[in-house]
Amino acid sequence: MTTAPNKARLMQGNQACAEGAIYAGLRFYAGYPITPSTEIAEVLAERLPQVGGRFIQMEDEIASMAAIIGASLTGTKAMTATSGPGFSLKQENLGYGILAEVPCVVVNVQRLGPSTGGPTAPAQGDVMQARWGTHGDHPVIALCPNSVQECFDLTVTAFNLSERFRIPVLFMLDEVIGHMRERMAIPDPGELEVSERKRTALPPDEYVAYAPVDDTLVPPMANFGEGYRFHVTGLLHDETGFPSNSSSVVGPHLDRLHRKVERGLDEIVMVEEIETDDADVVIVAYGCVSRSAAHVVREARAQGLRVGLLRLITLWPFPVDAVRRVAEGARAIIVAEMNLGQVLDVVKSAVEGQVPVYGVCRADGEMIAPDTIREKVEEVL
Amino acid sequence: MFAEIEQYFRTNRLPHIWCPGCSNGIIVKSIVEAIQKAGLDQDKTVIVSGIGCSSRATGYLNFDTLHTTHGRAIAFATGVKVANPELNVFVITGDGDCTSIGGNHFIHAARRNIDLNVILFNNNIYGMTGGQYSPMSPTGAKGTTAPYGNIERPFDICNLAIGAGATYVARGNSFHTHQLTDIIHAGIANKGFSFVEALAACPIYYGRKNKQGSAADMLKWQKDHCLSKEAADRLPLEKKEGKILTGVLHNVSAPEYTEQYDKIISRFKEANSNA
Ligand SMILES: Cc1ncc(C[n+]2csc(CCOP(=O)(O)OP(=O)(O)O)c2C)c(N)n1
Ligand code: SF4
Repeated sequence: MTTAPNKARLMQGNQACAEGAIYAGLRFYAGYPITPSTEIAEVLAERLPQVGGRFIQMEDEIASMAAIIGASLTGTKAMTATSGPGFSLKQENLGYGILAEVPCVVVNVQRLGPSTGGPTAPAQGDVMQARWGTHGDHPVIALCPNSVQECFDLTVTAFNLSERFRIPVLFMLDEVIGHMRERMAIPDPGELEVSERKRTALPPDEYVAYAPVDDTLVPPMANFGEGYRFHVTGLLHDETGFPSNSSSVVGPHLDRLHRKVERGLDEIVMVEEIETDDADVVIVAYGCVSRSAAHVVREARAQGLRVGLLRLITLWPFPVDAVRRVAEGARAIIVAEMNLGQVLDVVKSAVEGQVPVYGVCRADGEMIAPDTIREKVEEVL
Repeated sequence: MFAEIEQYFRTNRLPHIWCPGCSNGIIVKSIVEAIQKAGLDQDKTVIVSGIGCSSRATGYLNFDTLHTTHGRAIAFATGVKVANPELNVFVITGDGDCTSIGGNHFIHAARRNIDLNVILFNNNIYGMTGGQYSPMSPTGAKGTTAPYGNIERPFDICNLAIGAGATYVARGNSFHTHQLTDIIHAGIANKGFSFVEALAACPIYYGRKNKQGSAADMLKWQKDHCLSKEAADRLPLEKKEGKILTGVLHNVSAPEYTEQYDKIISRFKEANSNA
């Protein structure tokens, strides 16, 4: 590309996500088209071969999730993108990726559901699907951008976290953010940090595929095709990677999967706070709704009202500490989201009744406008 | 005998979990013999399987191995092969795994003519879950979920593979093991989607339910009912009736997916180096 470095550009959120992925080192994409995520596939079909990467349009979302796991095991950074119905189909292999500890990024540009729902209607209804969609107890990392710039930058972060923690990272856009066009700057190479998975330093005969070597609890990786001849399975397994059904093996295995993420909380959990220090009312919001909420905060402050915003950038692991902290000085919390209360319930359980929590919830395919949030603020102030 | 192919097995993972008399081991041996005969680099060979009795083979094989989810082996293998076309990629799958839950991935990989070697262990039944009928159970066969006899018609999976665009299709069985090794070997030589149906014997579930006798009887049945295509071409019609044709059924050449994609990439490589 001949674009001048840092040149301001008008970009769409989905396009910025695709470009951010390439910046992060994406070289394999498998996907199946679905509104409102399709532009990500279209951009990558064009861009990946230009940088020596590969794009494939698979027969469905299940196959796409399978293919990116296979690709990642060869040492290639891999991604897929979809929307609600496709995200549902990915859940079985998403669990596989979590259990087998395969880095990859799964983008879900959310739309109104359930079922085929509203293909072009914005929603944020997949927060709980992201958390618990795949079966069993498992850790998960899910990030949520609220601007086109962040679609780029946070995609890079999603890849970094996925590589560092050996886990599929869910990148939860919503239709408004995915389709919105904004001015943004493409960072120069080297400007944003790009992480690579930790590689094993051991020779093949000493390599134990799932043995952690340091207190990150993340085992270093080998790639298929390098002579390590290791085994990867979706069955619960011991450190060698071979199946076990002994409770003394599978218990600690699952435990380590959770602990490797818990140990990285400082790195993973991100929030943005606007005027929360002295706020009487704190609005909790994420994605497109956080833009309406920020508007309300600015207006309220101009009128001398003490209103603040806690924006969740990381949805999972849930920013419990940040919520508790802002709740301490506040008289009320308002959770504004485009679903019927998925984060509302989590916030309530985080603050444990210390402060009243109100919801501004909407799931009819319409944005939550500043007015709606402002009314609630006035009501509870 | 075993010494010649021992390097291909994780001997510390043996003995295997298959039932006595199960023919899965025989088919796995033909696979590694074919790999040896083809002289493939063991370190550049990846074996992918789905879920089922036969799919447990990946645990015993001394390669990079990927034991995936039910029906999805070909989709995982597609990612491995496309991301790194230098690798030789094999898929071990069962009749239920490949033709039922995995049917869609199967036909699309064949259509793309992606360079995979797929070996389907056809025991006509769901072994791992205890004997339910499969899309390849013969009409009339019994299974735990077909207590009155199967009323569905089975796939002719080789014809399906040909129809879907596979460039190499062959059928073998667990009695004629030399032929099985040869057809897998010829499939490796094909640059494209190679499919081998290997008739397997599951004496425990299929055999018992359908009164097929002992494991040896089931192998003998394969011996008596399979006819190699070359021999069949020379025989009169009446001698071929009721026989299952084995050997290479289809072998053509067509552009292979990863090679076609590499052509697109190289266009940009040239453009970038000229710039
Ligand atoms: C999504 C899903 N559905 C169902 C199963 C249960 N299951 C495991 S193996 C199997 C059938 C295997 O049959 P086949 O592929 O013929 O292999 P065999 O065991 O006979 O070798 C089924 C239905 C599963 N593991 N995952
Ligand atoms: S159930 Fe049948 S296919 Fe499975 S191991 Fe036993 S004999 Fe083999």
